[in-house]
Amino acid sequence: MTATLNADLAPVQHTGPLPPVPDGAVMVTVNLQRFNPELDDAPHMESYRIPALPTDRILNLLHYIKWYIDGTLAFRRSCAHGICGSDAMRINGRNRLGCKVLVKDLVTAKKTEITIEPIKGLPLEKDLIVDMEPFFDAFRSVKPYLVTHGNEPDREWVQSIEDRERFDDTTKCIMCACCTTSCPVYWSADAYVGPAAIVAAHRFIFDSRDQAAEERLEILSDAEGVWRCRTTFNCTDACPRGIQVTKAIQEVKRALMFRRI
Amino acid sequence: MASPTAIRPSGGKPSPRRGSLYRGAEGMWSWVAHRITGVLTFFFLFAHVLDTALVRVSPESYDKVIETYKNPFVNLLEVGLVGAVLYHAFNGIRIMLIDFWSKGPRYQRQMLWAIVVVWVLVMLPGAYFMLERNIRHIFGGGA
Ligand code: HEM
Ligand code: SF4
Ligand code: SF4
Ligand code: FES
Repeated sequence: MTATLNADLAPVQHTGPLPPVPDGAVMVTVNLQRFNPELDDAPHMESYRIPALPTDRILNLLHYIKWYIDGTLAFRRSCAHGICGSDAMRINGRNRLGCKVLVKDLVTAKKTEITIEPIKGLPLEKDLIVDMEPFFDAFRSVKPYLVTHGNEPDREWVQSIEDRERFDDTTKCIMCACCTTSCPVYWSADAYVGPAAIVAAHRFIFDSRDQAAEERLEILSDAEGVWRCRTTFNCTDACPRGIQVTKAIQEVKRALMFRRI
Repeated sequence: MASPTAIRPSGGKPSPRRGSLYRGAEGMWSWVAHRITGVLTFFFLFAHVLDTALVRVSPESYDKVIETYKNPFVNLLEVGLVGAVLYHAFNGIRIMLIDFWSKGPRYQRQMLWAIVVVWVLVMLPGAYFMLERNIRHIFGGGA
């Protein structure tokens, strides 16, 4: 079995001989959105037919294409284990981490096609790579760090289990942008801070040791803040860490409405 | 020597590829439907304020306009309007529960299915009684 590339003009760069196809591999078709800023006016789709094991991650498919078919393919990844948050992408139309979705999650005996596109709402740089700066700008704008005033305590700063529990969910964020770039409001209103920034703010607003909750609430109550959220739950569905993102946003909204944390 | 490059004539950022839709879950489509029904209701009310205001201008032309509404097509539109307002109202209550009930976000999906079921239960007899007269008229029943 050989991997074939269905596009005539694509710059093929074989990086080495194809590896042996393992037992149990199936042929899958990967429809990939490609864009080379130096050659293309607009992004387009290309299809690759490659062997894959049911237990392969989607990230493995991208590696196969990059290593054995077209070395110019550009995408981000680092840990490959769902920790670093580098490889958010749109897989079959939904934001997921390439390293957390398995081939067997998507491929059935009837359907062997997988579509991979970059995340929406951020400027496209190349192939699956988008400019993350606007996302990080929004993150920074909510003061995502512990703020305290007055003297340092001279012993351990005790926090009850109940107080810790209040923001436990939002500590799990890996800043992958799956949520923010799944948000219909974020696609259309580029100034909306987006769910990830609100998750980061929630993490500190409800931390009993933090003293800047008022400032953060002030930032989030303006026109680009939490009131933009229309509770569509795309963010909650997209979060690879299972964070109840919309719930966190609603808690911030209620904290603002009732001025109570 | 550098590899061959072509400067994109348009420059700047590429326009997104058309037809790349985000496949949101129920929550996204319930919101899309909420906005569509809200806007439709707004346009209906807009037209309705105009035609009702006509009665002060000239009662005769008001009667004439209202007369044009008495046909099966407008009857269908009326059913559509009731369906749209009903969905908007039920889903509006769901959104308020998501906003103010602390367990709302957790049960949003179940609440959506609940309002869809209630909507169907109300619309089935509702549509029947609204359309009854016209159906009998068109298919030439007893009356
Ligand atoms: C039957 C009583 C009604 C209820 C309970 C209701 C409830 C709501 C609620 C809670 C929202 C906020 C949605 C959100 O936060 O995303 C909303 C939005 C909206 N409503 Fe209503 N509404 C009602 C009647 C109407 C009427 C009569 C109109 C038309 C004039 C209308 C037009 C809209 C529009 C255009 C939106 C914006 C939708 C969006 O943000 O996407 N609604 N409604
Ligand atoms: S729940 Fe709010 S923040 Fe999350 S995707 Fe929907 S509109 Fe965006
Ligand atoms: S909240 Fe979830 S989806 Fe959003 S950036 Fe954090 S880990 Fe990613
Ligand atoms: S590569 Fe690190 S999260 Fe997927």
